[in-house]
Amino acid sequence: MHPALQGILTIAFGVGGCVGYFYLSNIILDHAIFPARGTHIARNIRRANIVRPWLFLLPALLALGLYLAYPVFETLRLSLTERVPGGGSVFVGLDNYKQMLGEDKFWEALQNNFLWLLVVPAGATAFGLLAAQLTDRIAWGNLAKSLIFMPMAISFVGAAVIWKLVYDARPPGAEQIGVLNAIYIYYGGDEAQQWLTIPFWNSFFLMAVLIWIQTGFAMVILSAALRGVPEDTIEAAIVDGANPFQIFFRIKMPQIMGTIVVVWTTITIVVLKVFDIVFAMTNGQWQTQVLANYMFDKLFRANDWGVGSASAMVIMLLVSPILIWNVYNARKEMR
Amino acid sequence: MNSIAGHKSGLTWAVHISVLLLVGLWIFPTVGLLVSSFRTADQISSSGWWRAMFPTEQNLTLRTATPDTQVKIGDLYVIEGNLFEVKAGKSAAISAWGVTSREIDAYKSGDQAELRKGGLLTVQSDGSYRLESDTEISGKRGPRVFVTAVVPPEFTLKNYETILISGNATDNMAKAFINTLTVTIPATIIPILIAAFAAYALAWMEFPGRALLIAAIVGLLVVPLQLALIPLLKVHNEIGIGKGYLGAWMAHTGFGLPLAIYLLRNYMIGIPRDIIENARVDGATDFQIFIRIVLPLSFPALASFAIFQFLWTWNDLLVALVFLIDSTGETTVMTKQIVEMLGTRGGNWEILATSAFVSISVPLVVFFAMQKYLVRGLLAGSVK
Repeated sequence: MHPALQGILTIAFGVGGCVGYFYLSNIILDHAIFPARGTHIARNIRRANIVRPWLFLLPALLALGLYLAYPVFETLRLSLTERVPGGGSVFVGLDNYKQMLGEDKFWEALQNNFLWLLVVPAGATAFGLLAAQLTDRIAWGNLAKSLIFMPMAISFVGAAVIWKLVYDARPPGAEQIGVLNAIYIYYGGDEAQQWLTIPFWNSFFLMAVLIWIQTGFAMVILSAALRGVPEDTIEAAIVDGANPFQIFFRIKMPQIMGTIVVVWTTITIVVLKVFDIVFAMTNGQWQTQVLANYMFDKLFRANDWGVGSASAMVIMLLVSPILIWNVYNARKEMR
Repeated sequence: MNSIAGHKSGLTWAVHISVLLLVGLWIFPTVGLLVSSFRTADQISSSGWWRAMFPTEQNLTLRTATPDTQVKIGDLYVIEGNLFEVKAGKSAAISAWGVTSREIDAYKSGDQAELRKGGLLTVQSDGSYRLESDTEISGKRGPRVFVTAVVPPEFTLKNYETILISGNATDNMAKAFINTLTVTIPATIIPILIAAFAAYALAWMEFPGRALLIAAIVGLLVVPLQLALIPLLKVHNEIGIGKGYLGAWMAHTGFGLPLAIYLLRNYMIGIPRDIIENARVDGATDFQIFIRIVLPLSFPALASFAIFQFLWTWNDLLVALVFLIDSTGETTVMTKQIVEMLGTRGGNWEILATSAFVSISVPLVVFFAMQKYLVRGLLAGSVK
């Protein structure tokens, strides 16, 4: 069957199935199981209303349970087992973790991930804040914002191609077609550099790609927050003779600190999962490995589910503080 | 006071210039890709794309016309013509030329050179030449001429033709484009429906455990999908889906749900309580309230999530690699194909740039058309 046709059928089945499920289950509940008539009318309506929320929630709970909750526990289990030839697996305790901790590539990935965690959220938030503040009061601010925001729509793979062109190097003597090398040569560099193969610094060239993508996100959120800063606090500062920099750093920044933290943590999570950029640009060569790509390597190249799952658990562990913090905040808000 | 006023306008100028620089910096790389996708391979490798608008000096290898066009004038055998006729469609000003690859700039336009096989060649700056020899000129093809010429800017749609229509299996993206679309549309629509019902229950229905469920969904928002790869691949294999569209649709649905439920619930809870209470008093059931009132009112939130999910599934690589693309490669998506090209055709920028631009053009159109909803969704999703 042609995939497009299959797609249309799936939409029809999926949408029809969902609507049918919700519609029919409601009818059955109201007319067959707890009919709103007869002698027990009040009791029936009450009971129907107790069951109904779960009818509404059932498909979502099933999908969430199967696709997000179950894998957390299954991955934990897999990380403690080793596959044996011929199917099946045996419990090996912490052996996978020990093996992983003994690998240089793992430490390289962990070290790089921490570097990413330091640089990317800071860089994207700083640029986002700068862009939000600068575009706030100018006439063409919205146009500027939407252009800076644009990379959000570009895939990591697309961004990888875009930036590989920026970093491109040609042999000596040939005309440089990568912007970075063209600038480097123009300002007296003697030979084109293969930027992505210079250990340590190449990670920063990869981070630039993610900062470029995430700055728009930071800008949009922070720009809304800056708009929310009460006018009178700013006017009071102007009356007291504060200069624009003082107004920004002493008046506006403290008032949007909460939003800055939210932006920072959101980008942190993106960084922890970063995979496509490294996969497409260096594939972890030249000491650019990161955890998510290390994990992919282990799972699908080395076919080692034990160590792969162990490294996935490390990512989960790094995400957990943010997860707990978010849940804590959400609960506080609901009270 | 004047000095203060002057200072202020100076600052305004500084702001305008900084914004201009920032925007320039941000769109520069993308513009590079766009411009490169309209240039030929020769142009891309001979000059940076930022020079595409200006004439460039290029080294070209051309040939004179074939010897069977020679005419005998008096004692001499002569071939005459224009070098650029052979390589059609080009015209340029020749500044230097040569007859061996070791010395490609040995002669200036108008000079006369002696060929190794005998004969005298004269090349003018407009490309016209005259080759004369006192013996008959032999060989199947005309002798090579290496020229250094200033070529006017030129743009071509040929790259797009290669990528979309005529290219071979590795270059042609038409199929991957359709595949990407096939993954994306169901994976965008199905989670919206499931999430909308759940969000309504979480926002407007009273039941024990509601707060706990909301907290769980907030928690699931940040669970890395990396954890799900192996367990779900196992599940898919066990229930017989294996790798394919169905698995990819289900995976995208599952991974998109937390954000969908969270966004929609946050939005639905903002619907005035009066509207819903009144409907209840009038005897509407929850199902009717949801279909007739809440769903239409939630349109902006539905649109926000739809854009997020569309961008995410269109741009996805990881889920496609794990759940969709099998060893036959029949179901490959654009992101995967581009990664492969980066490996095998790393230097062919005309192919790479064009294919990358084909893949990002759809999200860009969606982005610029529906930016309002995207921004709204972002604000609802993270500030609250």
